[in-house]
Amino acid sequence: MGTCNCKTPWDELNEVIEAHRGQESALIEVLHKAQEIMGYLPRDVQEAIAEGLRVPLNKVYGVVSFYHHFSVEPKGKYQIAVCNGTACYVKGAPAVISSLEEELGIRAGETTQDGKFSLAAVRCLGACSLAPVMTINQKAYGLVDADKAKEIIKQYE
Amino acid sequence: MIRTLEDLREFKIQQEERSRQEKADKQAKILVGMGTCGIAAGAQEVYEAICDELRQQGIEDVVVAQTGCIGFCAQEPLAEVILPDRQVLYGHIDAEKARKIVTDHIAGGQVITEWAVNGGSLLPKEQQAEAEIVNVGDVPFFKTQVRIALKNCGVINPESLGEYIARDGYQSLAKVLTEMTPADVIEEVKKSGLRGRGGGGFSTGMKWEFAHKQPPGQKYIVCNADEGDPGAFMDRSILEGDPHSVVEGMAIGAYAIGANKGYVYCRAEYPIAVKRLNLAISQAKEQGLLGENILGTDFSFDLEVRLGAGAFVCGEETALLASIEGERGEPRLRPPYPAVSGLWGKPTIINNVETFANIAPIIRRGSDWFGSIGSENSKGTKVFALAGEINNIGLAEIPMGTTLREVIFDIGGGIPEGKQFKGAQTGGPSGGCIPAEFLDTPIDYDNLAKLGTIMGSGGLIIMAEDTCMVDLARFFLDFTQEESCGKCPPCRVGTTVMLDMLNRIVEGKGEVEDLEKLKELGENIKAASLCGLGQTAPNPVLSTMRYFWEEYEEHVRDKKCRAGVCTALFQYYIIPEKCKRCGICAKVCPVKCISGDRQTPYVIDQELCIKCGACMEACPFDSIIKQ
Repeated sequence: MGTCNCKTPWDELNEVIEAHRGQESALIEVLHKAQEIMGYLPRDVQEAIAEGLRVPLNKVYGVVSFYHHFSVEPKGKYQIAVCNGTACYVKGAPAVISSLEEELGIRAGETTQDGKFSLAAVRCLGACSLAPVMTINQKAYGLVDADKAKEIIKQYE
Repeated sequence: MIRTLEDLREFKIQQEERSRQEKADKQAKILVGMGTCGIAAGAQEVYEAICDELRQQGIEDVVVAQTGCIGFCAQEPLAEVILPDRQVLYGHIDAEKARKIVTDHIAGGQVITEWAVNGGSLLPKEQQAEAEIVNVGDVPFFKTQVRIALKNCGVINPESLGEYIARDGYQSLAKVLTEMTPADVIEEVKKSGLRGRGGGGFSTGMKWEFAHKQPPGQKYIVCNADEGDPGAFMDRSILEGDPHSVVEGMAIGAYAIGANKGYVYCRAEYPIAVKRLNLAISQAKEQGLLGENILGTDFSFDLEVRLGAGAFVCGEETALLASIEGERGEPRLRPPYPAVSGLWGKPTIINNVETFANIAPIIRRGSDWFGSIGSENSKGTKVFALAGEINNIGLAEIPMGTTLREVIFDIGGGIPEGKQFKGAQTGGPSGGCIPAEFLDTPIDYDNLAKLGTIMGSGGLIIMAEDTCMVDLARFFLDFTQEESCGKCPPCRVGTTVMLDMLNRIVEGKGEVEDLEKLKELGENIKAASLCGLGQTAPNPVLSTMRYFWEEYEEHVRDKKCRAGVCTALFQYYIIPEKCKRCGICAKVCPVKCISGDRQTPYVIDQELCIKCGACMEACPFDSIIKQ
């Protein structure tokens, strides 16, 4: 054990907080980085940020809960995002979402019990020529339909 | 380091020399379009396959480079083979095709006409192999486009400052810093007639003048790159394809208003745009085109990227400023306008990405040139993101005043599968719908306003006969209701009530009286909301009511959805006379509600049917209809 120099996520987080100590206006930036490092923003992370940036905890929570991007729940190992922008909607995104909901047994916005998949219906991803589009951990799949979507997630099981 | 005007000139000459040399040394250049949609469609694999194949065949005199979005998104991944005598734009390539292009075209000198967008790929199958290669600019999709904001997109490597400078980059900044006063710059931009491309359409020059007239001191310039309108991707493409044009436009704006600090507020959902923009900023800093005493003058300007966090309301300028300050993105009452009191209470100018991308060309080529393009009160061009039920999904930059018909049918190639055009939605959730009868209206700010919609940021979603306008309005309301920040009750409560009513209507539980109530409530929300989000949220409903009133009536009175979208309002039927009794429908039905046999036509048990449509899709004889 003693020989490992790798940083824990908390070490990394503390570095980020340290770099912005007392800078109230850096709150959103720090939250972005914190979520990148920790995966989500549980209460103890928010407390550390509040203390470091000298911002009341209620304000930190206010900001976290305001923006869709920030999550206080852990996300699945594979994060599925189905674009629900206008172009995708017109071309059948709702059927894709309901087919994945059925396949995974969760609703959009939830994570499977085994922590493997989380499903989200997201705002326009800007890849309208591939509508309907879904992404899994940033990898994009275009021109999907209800059946194709089920096939795609099987690759991740 | 580029410290003086002379350095910049020198740098440009060196770049030009380098590319001349490259042309002399190399027989060809292959450009791969690597914007978000290109990459999502597989451009990375194509790029690697080309490089690998060239290596394997020992071909060394070919340059392979990435470029931003070429704009013809429907044909992604795209790769352009540039030879001294001609350019061939290949569409829908994959790794295998890429290797064949290297073998046949590069090594063998044989153009693969049937894959070329400027050859046969868009023609009927039997004509493909025989087609002539034409200039890329003569392909109908590109032919009537006039590219100002997109001039470098799909042409240069967006990660190369040198290529930007070689195409006159930073010449305009140099010009304003050495030859023009801030007042001159404002006058020139005012004279050009440029209006805000983010949707509002306010005169950019006048906006700058407000901030310029504020007493000297700390001022800010902000670029709104929070492109939240679903179905719009123009700003993303500019940031990904030509980030320096935005940096230069912002620096010029900063000089004009007297700001020394700027922010680009960009969506976190656009990772490639953020990466390339950050790279452009650091390159410009490294070369001294941002920072202290730019080009040896007194002007200093620093630029930073701030990420959004997924809140549509942050596209509203006062909410955007709150977000940059690290607060919840809630708008505030105007006045005071940000030009007077913005970021941290200081005068702040906020313009959209496309607006900034127009600045350098205006300065370089003059306001008269810019003013000669477009219509009476809407000068220049507008970039539209064509999406939805249209063949050529992509970016079209057209002179203001072009008709919707030209955009949809000439550039956009019409509606797929022979469907009928039903309407076009501009301005996203804040805009409205334009029905077929106004296809010949020239597109500009004023004409769109007259039709009850807005220019918006440039999303243009095409809808065909199988789109239900009531459901579409419900979709947008669902969006704005969820994105309402909750600060003011007309928007928070009003959009919720409107959405409830629309949900009832699409579920077949609406009453005839609901329609008038819906309209009245919409008007009230428009009048009473605090910010642009609420003031425009009812637009999609009001505008579809204006043009498609009979569809609303059918939903509430006859409980019918003519487009066959609202599942509570239609049923699937098997036409007994057309049924061939093959039983395929019964086999695919997931709830086993179809019965029949070789003797009797099949029928659907409407009580059990879940309206999934699987039977209709599977029927080989088109015997199943929905009505």
